[in-house]
Amino acid sequence: MTASTASAPAAKQRPGDRIFSGITLAAGSLILVVLAAVAVFLVAESLPALDAGPDDTKGADNFWTYVGPLVFGTLWAAALALVMALPVAIGIALFISHYAPRRVAQLLGYIIDLLAAVPSVVFGLWGIKVLAPSVQPFYTWLSENLGWFPLFAAPVSGTGRTILTVAVVLAVMILPIITALCREVFLQTPRLHEEAALALGATRWEMIRTAVLPFGRPGIISAAMLGLGRALGETMAVAMVLSPSVVISFVLLQSTNPTTIPANIALNFPEASGKFLSVLIATGLILFVISFAVNAVARIVINRRKAFSGAN
Amino acid sequence: MISKRYAGLLGLAVVGTLALSSCAANEAPAASGNSAGSASTLSGNLTGAGSSAQGSAQEAWIAAFQTANSGVTIAYDPTGSGAGRETFIAGGSDWAGSDSALSDEELAGTFASCAPDSKAIDLPTYISPIAVIFNVEGVDQLNLDAATIASIFKGDITRWNDKAIAALNDGVNLPDTAITAVHRSDDSGTTKNFTDYLNKVAPEVWDQPAADPFPYKTGEGAQGTSGVVDAVTNGTGTIGYADASKAGDLGIAKVKVGDEFVAFTPEAAAAVVEESPLVEGRGANDIAVALDRTTTDPSHYPLVLVSYSIVCETYADPAQAELVKSYIGYITSADGQSEAASSAGAAPLSADLASRVATALESVS
Repeated sequence: MTASTASAPAAKQRPGDRIFSGITLAAGSLILVVLAAVAVFLVAESLPALDAGPDDTKGADNFWTYVGPLVFGTLWAAALALVMALPVAIGIALFISHYAPRRVAQLLGYIIDLLAAVPSVVFGLWGIKVLAPSVQPFYTWLSENLGWFPLFAAPVSGTGRTILTVAVVLAVMILPIITALCREVFLQTPRLHEEAALALGATRWEMIRTAVLPFGRPGIISAAMLGLGRALGETMAVAMVLSPSVVISFVLLQSTNPTTIPANIALNFPEASGKFLSVLIATGLILFVISFAVNAVARIVINRRKAFSGAN
Repeated sequence: MISKRYAGLLGLAVVGTLALSSCAANEAPAASGNSAGSASTLSGNLTGAGSSAQGSAQEAWIAAFQTANSGVTIAYDPTGSGAGRETFIAGGSDWAGSDSALSDEELAGTFASCAPDSKAIDLPTYISPIAVIFNVEGVDQLNLDAATIASIFKGDITRWNDKAIAALNDGVNLPDTAITAVHRSDDSGTTKNFTDYLNKVAPEVWDQPAADPFPYKTGEGAQGTSGVVDAVTNGTGTIGYADASKAGDLGIAKVKVGDEFVAFTPEAAAAVVEESPLVEGRGANDIAVALDRTTTDPSHYPLVLVSYSIVCETYADPAQAELVKSYIGYITSADGQSEAASSAGAAPLSADLASRVATALESVS
């Protein structure tokens, strides 16, 4: 008995093993096939858009002048959301990993994860019914008192459905994913580093600054990138809340806001036909490329510090 | 063991089927009441697609028609007017609902749903007045003319106490607040009819032709009729346009026609459609209306949306023609129109127009 297991531990292949490994192989290759199929579909359907004229693009000279403001709007909304969400997410993650009592930390962790389960339509409804009307008076105040600052220039939207409101909604939506990743990374800080810092007389804040944050930096960056990826692709909440135009504008409080690629597709697709449909699909291809690039950057950063990152 | 497991699966399947089929069985009698006769001999499937403005009316019509004709199954896909016409032309549906009549190019082509060499005709079957809604503190009544509405939505007039608005509203205390003009951010037949009205009546201000997307980059966009109503309701100093049935408790502006300010009524909306001329150069049975937006008769309300049912003159399959005739016939009947009025807030077709549609429908084969 013992002799046979020792001499040929992996010799016997049962049919079940072979079938199972075949199934996993198929599952693994399926994802590549799906990705390739999506890419092929997007490229094939977008080709006619390249020579689209003003009639097919709602007045833009060609496809590129049409997609330009959309790319800007997508990046601008996502960047604003990230600027708001990242500090809060790091704060929550640090509180959970280093400050809160264990039970509170656990409970808070669950609640943050639950936030990730809220459907984006619900966020959209909340944005349009609750958030926009309640921030509108604040926007008016902001514009009256800080109107000299270019981002807050008048005239203020009467409904509050501006890109700043959208960014707040997006920030809430990407908060859970960034928090969850940061928390995991911070928890992995080697105990010895932390204790060494404390032993040298560092306060808790100094310990976090000298030991936890430098260790977690790649993790924070990749968490931010993944959050950015979600913000870039968010459709429903933006389509519902934003008052959109196809323009390039940094102003935060006005009725005329740059719209994002996914929201623009969602709004225009139902009535689109002919070449305009190709144009919309082509904008989808551009979004595909952008989010692919963002995720690739996140992966590269994670891989550089593979051993310590919490995202694996 | 194995048989027991399969029995469980089987049980699940049976229960699932029962649950699903009972769902389906519930749908048909939902809007029962006007059973036109249980002796109906019609049977078959009918598919339509197109205008989302007709969506809720179509649901009510289908429910009522299927109750009266239990052998018929009708499906209507509110994909939008353009997509609906495209589907119909490509042969994917038996009729199309559309907020605009077929264009000359579309008529010049072939229709895959129809018999070879047969063309399609436009029949007006759904009229909906468009209301100019507003939400301004302290203002209950508002009179506007087309030029002022155009200036507001174009962004030339930016405050409520502007001279142009004050001149039309004697005795109304207009506040010194900014105007937020809300338009549809998605393509819509409502926008097309609204901009058509402004372009026809006040071309010196509104210099863009009628179109589904809102033509200017000013003002605020909101998704769908409900989105516009919502934005106007929740905002301050807001004005927008929406299907009159969805206006709710919001203030509704009176529109200047001739020398008077006219509030929308279903009768006034139907009247302007009836008395407008037809588009020239169409077949004898094509009732494409060239809406008389510039009417000066104060019994008319020219800010209306007319939606068509587009059907073949001759269908490849006579049975299908029979189905289309009886369904569209029901839609345009007094019963069908009052169903649409109660369920979707549409303005019923006037008797004269309904009889013209009925005559045209007779020719369909």
